[in-house]
Amino acid sequence: MSESTVFSEAEVDETDERVDVYAASGEEESGRVFNAVGGDWDDIVGEVGSRPEERIVVNMGPQHPSTHGVLRLILELEGETITEARAGIGYLHTGIEKNMEFRTWVQGVTFCTRMDYVMPLFTETAYCLAVEKLLGITDQIPERASAIRVLMMELNRITSHLVCMGTGGMEMGATTVMTVGFRERERILSVFEMISGLRMNHAYIRPGGVAQDLPAGAIQAIREMIPLLRQGFHELELLMLENPILKGRMVGVGHLDLTGCMALGVTGPMLRSAGYPLDLRKDQPYCGYEKYDFEVLTRTGADAYDRLWLRVKEMFESLKIVEQVIDELQNNPGPVMVEDKKIAWPAQLAVGPDGMGNSLAHIKEIMGTSMESLIHHFKLVTEGFRVPAGQAYVAVESPKGELGCHAVSDGGTRPHRVHFREPSFNNLQAVAAMCEGAQVADVIVAVASIDPVMGGVDR
Amino acid sequence: MAEKDKPGFFSEMFAPVGGFGVTFATMFKKVKTEEYPEVKRPTQPRFHGRHQLNRHPDGLEKCVGCELCAWACPADAIFVEGADNDDTPGGTGRFSPGERFGRIYQINYLRCIFCGLCIEACPTRALTMTNFYELADDSRADLIFTKEQLLAPLQAGMDAPPHAMADGMQERDYYLGKVEGGSR
Repeated sequence: MSESTVFSEAEVDETDERVDVYAASGEEESGRVFNAVGGDWDDIVGEVGSRPEERIVVNMGPQHPSTHGVLRLILELEGETITEARAGIGYLHTGIEKNMEFRTWVQGVTFCTRMDYVMPLFTETAYCLAVEKLLGITDQIPERASAIRVLMMELNRITSHLVCMGTGGMEMGATTVMTVGFRERERILSVFEMISGLRMNHAYIRPGGVAQDLPAGAIQAIREMIPLLRQGFHELELLMLENPILKGRMVGVGHLDLTGCMALGVTGPMLRSAGYPLDLRKDQPYCGYEKYDFEVLTRTGADAYDRLWLRVKEMFESLKIVEQVIDELQNNPGPVMVEDKKIAWPAQLAVGPDGMGNSLAHIKEIMGTSMESLIHHFKLVTEGFRVPAGQAYVAVESPKGELGCHAVSDGGTRPHRVHFREPSFNNLQAVAAMCEGAQVADVIVAVASIDPVMGGVDR
Repeated sequence: MAEKDKPGFFSEMFAPVGGFGVTFATMFKKVKTEEYPEVKRPTQPRFHGRHQLNRHPDGLEKCVGCELCAWACPADAIFVEGADNDDTPGGTGRFSPGERFGRIYQINYLRCIFCGLCIEACPTRALTMTNFYELADDSRADLIFTKEQLLAPLQAGMDAPPHAMADGMQERDYYLGKVEGGSR
């Protein structure tokens, strides 16, 4: 489980050989280091066992396959019990927020979509809603664009939950959960590919609307997919929810009650598993969520099992929303980008034998007939639009909790600062509260039930 | 949980072993595994794959060297350098209708993030994205695609530039769709 085992000792070792090989010269040595690099494991265990009074600090991760990406957990053990747990993060820091300050507002979408790569469409939506709020065009977003956003987000919520359950199951040794989960996710990714051209990191939602309208046949494809998905979710339900082994593994594990959730700013399924029905889709609707009928489910166990239960049931709720949205989209052929030509991204994509590019009709207009359109096209692409100085915070309900975007503009064509409140980051700080006093094996279950994605945590 | 969803007596009794039913039924299901690379799954038409530089029906290049694609690119993957078309006798010749053409055109596929902003920016549909996705290679130099690699192959009725514009046609006529292949 560990790359290295560190010993802290109360008194200095009698041997004059250096015990802490990682201490700098002159630095006080904090304890004896054992590196598990081949050899007989029993030798190390024997040496460790010869000093029973010492506490053991184990580095779990960052390359550990069960810590959900490059998360490093620093666990202090007493036997099998964890006396102290700390999360080490930052291994996937890519400076996305800083980079966004050097790109136009529209280009920012292509960056922020790469933060939490399991739920790219939520990050895009949060960012675009914040930009639109700054521009003061929230009311002018076409209804069809909002509906497409909801459709994409709800499908994305399902894929995110499936990844959470799939990888979570695999970390506990249940590969069937993973194969079923990823099989169902694949159906949705094909729909994403059909609509946005990409399976992940779509950059599909843009300030003012969405990049392009749904292709012909998309609604039909989703309609045909829904019963299959429902069947797949039912399989997952059967596999997991009443399975006595899984229940024995998860019930009561990773407990974090409502008080703890509130104190740590935990949101999403974790908070709902503690009995508080906080769901921003209901509490402060955006993108027209108030039009759709769905339930916010809660549980009271506040443990890993309840979070799993909620995720399974939330997927069914998301499907309910998807069904309502595609009905709405079929009756609303409206535009998918704001009217304002000073803001709307000037692209009309079309697929032809030469691939996908700007449609010939659009080319005809900007190159052949309207110099005004051509100037707008050039200005918007090179310089971008100006956003009035000010700041805006918009939050959306992501699969992991409240995903907020705080955008600050100094009146220019690039953001002065964009900051994201990533639920993975906020929820991850609950690791200590959930793991301390538990067994080592429960850490895996507890961390999996938080569903942190390190791309979102480190950004 | 709502009352209507309450499971019946039997389903409740068999719920703990319901997973075995799933496992058993899976034996009779078609396997979903994709046999890549033996069997290549076709992508969706909108898929963002390798770029292509297109030609007008008479073979002239559509790229006018405006650099909008490079401006739009958030990853700075595109390098363009324009030059003047030279129609004078003995000059370097004409590569595109109008004044300018893209003399140097490079896309660095080590930087490209396939977001598609470049094709949305292109004002002449010179740059499009095809569905080709097998772009892996083992050296830096091979992944910086040059204009020769990106240019679409000549179709029937196309002549390799440099050559003059189609007879009696202006630059604008190219964008209005009046030029046809083999019109020279």
